[in-house]
Amino acid sequence: MTERNRELFALIPASLLVTAGFAAVFIQRDDAVSDVSLTYGAVFLALCVAVHIVLRLKLPNADPYLFPLVAVLACFGLVMIYRIDDTLAREQAQWFVVGLVAFAATVIGLGDHRKLERYRYVIALTGIVLLLLPRVPGIGQQVNGAYLSVNLGPVSFQPSELAKIAIVVFLASYLRDTRQMLVQGARRVGGVTLPPIKHLGPLLAVWGLAMLLLVFIRDLGSSLMFFGGFLALIYVATNRLSFAAIGLALFAGGTWFFASTVGHVQDRVATWRDPFDDRLYDQAGGSYQIAQAIFAQADGGLFGEGFAQSVLNPPEGPPLLPAADTDLIYAVITNELGLFGAVALLCIYLLVVERGFKTALLATDSFSKLLATGLTAVFALQVFVIVGGVTKLIPLTGVTLPFISYGGSSIVANFILLALLLLISERARAEAKEAR
Amino acid sequence: MNAPIIRLFVVFMVLFAGLVGATSWWTVLAADSAQDNPKNQRDLLRSLEVRRGAITSAGGTELARSVEGPGDTFAREYAPEAESVSHLLGYSYPLGIGDAGTERFRADALSGVSDGLDTLFEQIAGGRPDVGDDVRTNVDLDAQRVAIQQLGGRKGAVVALEPDTGRVRVMASVPGYDPAALEDDDVYSDLATDDENSPLVNRATQSLYPPGSTFKVLTAVAAIDSGEFTPDSVLDGSSPQTVSATPLSNFGGQSFGPVTLTQALTDSVNTVWAEVGVRLGDETMTEYMERFGLYEEPPIDYPAGQVDVSGAYDEDGEPVKPTGAGLDLGRIAIGQAGLLTTPLQMAMIASAVGNDGVLMEPRIAREITDRDGRTVDEIEPERVRRVMSEKTAQQVTDMMRNVVDSGSGAAAALEGTGVAGKTGTAEIDVQNNINQLWFIAFAPSDDPEVAIAVTVERAVGGQGGQVAAPIARAVLESLLD
Repeated sequence: MTERNRELFALIPASLLVTAGFAAVFIQRDDAVSDVSLTYGAVFLALCVAVHIVLRLKLPNADPYLFPLVAVLACFGLVMIYRIDDTLAREQAQWFVVGLVAFAATVIGLGDHRKLERYRYVIALTGIVLLLLPRVPGIGQQVNGAYLSVNLGPVSFQPSELAKIAIVVFLASYLRDTRQMLVQGARRVGGVTLPPIKHLGPLLAVWGLAMLLLVFIRDLGSSLMFFGGFLALIYVATNRLSFAAIGLALFAGGTWFFASTVGHVQDRVATWRDPFDDRLYDQAGGSYQIAQAIFAQADGGLFGEGFAQSVLNPPEGPPLLPAADTDLIYAVITNELGLFGAVALLCIYLLVVERGFKTALLATDSFSKLLATGLTAVFALQVFVIVGGVTKLIPLTGVTLPFISYGGSSIVANFILLALLLLISERARAEAKEAR
Repeated sequence: MNAPIIRLFVVFMVLFAGLVGATSWWTVLAADSAQDNPKNQRDLLRSLEVRRGAITSAGGTELARSVEGPGDTFAREYAPEAESVSHLLGYSYPLGIGDAGTERFRADALSGVSDGLDTLFEQIAGGRPDVGDDVRTNVDLDAQRVAIQQLGGRKGAVVALEPDTGRVRVMASVPGYDPAALEDDDVYSDLATDDENSPLVNRATQSLYPPGSTFKVLTAVAAIDSGEFTPDSVLDGSSPQTVSATPLSNFGGQSFGPVTLTQALTDSVNTVWAEVGVRLGDETMTEYMERFGLYEEPPIDYPAGQVDVSGAYDEDGEPVKPTGAGLDLGRIAIGQAGLLTTPLQMAMIASAVGNDGVLMEPRIAREITDRDGRTVDEIEPERVRRVMSEKTAQQVTDMMRNVVDSGSGAAAALEGTGVAGKTGTAEIDVQNNINQLWFIAFAPSDDPEVAIAVTVERAVGGQGGQVAAPIARAVLESLLD
């Protein structure tokens, strides 16, 4: 079976899932199955088939599993958001269409991901500007103490979602050029392999950027995501564990320093360590969110409460679970589908990650390898940061759960990320076929 | 570059395994502690979607019920009668002040949650009950009203038990409150901070008072059941006598000659009972105190936080048993020297004597029924232990009969029905003549149907026999009707 036929078959379960999911929510709401659920399923299937045709025409050899896996995630997210708020679900469905258009546009318009290398400094600059945009007075917006979103008229978007792609593209192309020098110029000092001094500058610059994010944008999550992606790239580029270890130590040291000196970072860490503390719990932007996320998960147990059966809103007052549609959507999923549902979801993410790294393995040129590795790594790290935050493994910070959380910028950016991965995959697999 | 990519994937697998571990921790391993966290309101919120069962009196009068509220929720409504049984009934305001009393203790039954097996099944099936069961209590509304009327605004409590079953027929505490009014948080905080009257405190179970001479019943049981004395043992009733190096007087300084124990109970002779206590020794006294249930939480179906433990207390407010503690045993034997008991505990003492020496667990609830009136759970009487031999019980009963027939408890006498009782007047503030007034009893004395304890808090002047005994008489009359 060809790649694209496999993809087509794999899309069927995704469509069935979305139909069944909506049906379940309808039954719970109205005690009657409405044919609207079938309509949702059909529309979803039609959209997927449309994208599938684009792939069939433009990327016939690309990885057949990535798109269906993402489709499962997206439809799963749509059902969850519909269950939380049907108005949001409609908007999310629209963003989903926009995302698919951006996806198709990237595939058709870019054609070859290696073109990106030519614009690496423009892309890097764009990435940094995007990151700093939320701090610009007038358009920037502070949410939960972090500067993450930008308001442009009616549309608000999170530039860090797009910035993460830009930064990875830049790092991949930069490291492709310098990896040899980094390795050859390395010296051993006291048993530790250190990178050459003259190439240390750019690396420290990236570290500085991550620290800047931490203090300036006030977001540990994005900072961890970017710097983690950078470390993954430098490790893969040089195959020197010590470089990654030094980077990690620098990051840990910086984080520890700011966690003990800068107020808002301190608060984040304090709420993480003791979410049930009375003072932190009642504080605005305190530990209420993480405590409620924990209660929601505890409520889910092994099997969960079932679709649309968790308690989200008390009869009066604010919602029980703040940001249920974005940051805390994992808690809602665990609440309703239990440990089994949550682990199934993590498995789907891990499969996406596996396909991403597989693409990196198959790619023949260094830039493609590094780009695929970097994109996959930031994607995986994003999942880790938000799920780890919601489960109190690490301090909770506001990043989206890719393809599932409500949010236009997240959907669009992640579809572009997917398009890049498929472009890399197409080239690699086509070359492999020719070689055979 | 392929080797580091594969290793990187392994790193991410480890990170994801961490996520699975953390999710398992909260959903399964630490789920109970998160669900029991007082900040977790989910069970409460969910309970709002359940039509909570009603609570009724023994006669079937509805005291609390649920009515449809906003959205899919139900709201609690309290009948006007609820005010007379406020403490026993309690309240349930999940979104406000929480719950208390029977509303709290029977919350699972009322909201339809049964045992663990069902919960596991429900977890798999994904369903939850939407209707709770009704709870019928043992409380006799008429007698309860009589008790409150008789207390007449004086702070105090009345507890009436069925000796052979432990059923709580009356549990009155004055002042009370209107459960319906507590929906307003401000009303609640006003009542909760009213330290002078403490209307939210159930004086029947939560207030510790010096029992005074009513405690001589326990001393009498210890004396006779241990075989050290008989009702006819003769002791020196002169007053004052030196007990624990300080002089002890009889009531009004009255001096009796040599008297029998029966006579000493009838006339409440302090010096005799103090001598009995000293001669029995700390081990025997401790043993009988423990047998009657002092030093342990009374096994009543009422929230643990609303039940206090009776016993001798030291200066730090910690319970201390007489054994080897060097307490003033003579004064403990007459209900003084740091001895503190709840009215419920005193009713249990009377009840055990009345039930041929067997102490029963007090029970507020009689049965749990479903919406269709079918009995889901019949609450069976539970025996705590045999406190004394049947013979001792009979002899102490005869002694207590004498108290009512020809002694300080005459005001409790009922026409045609024998009452066995004991009065108590515990001095709290001698200078201002403030006393804790008591009367404990059971009737009919030959085949007891009711045991009762009445106390009036910090009364100015008066004696147990004059103030508490008539209250007991009225409540007994109502219950024996």
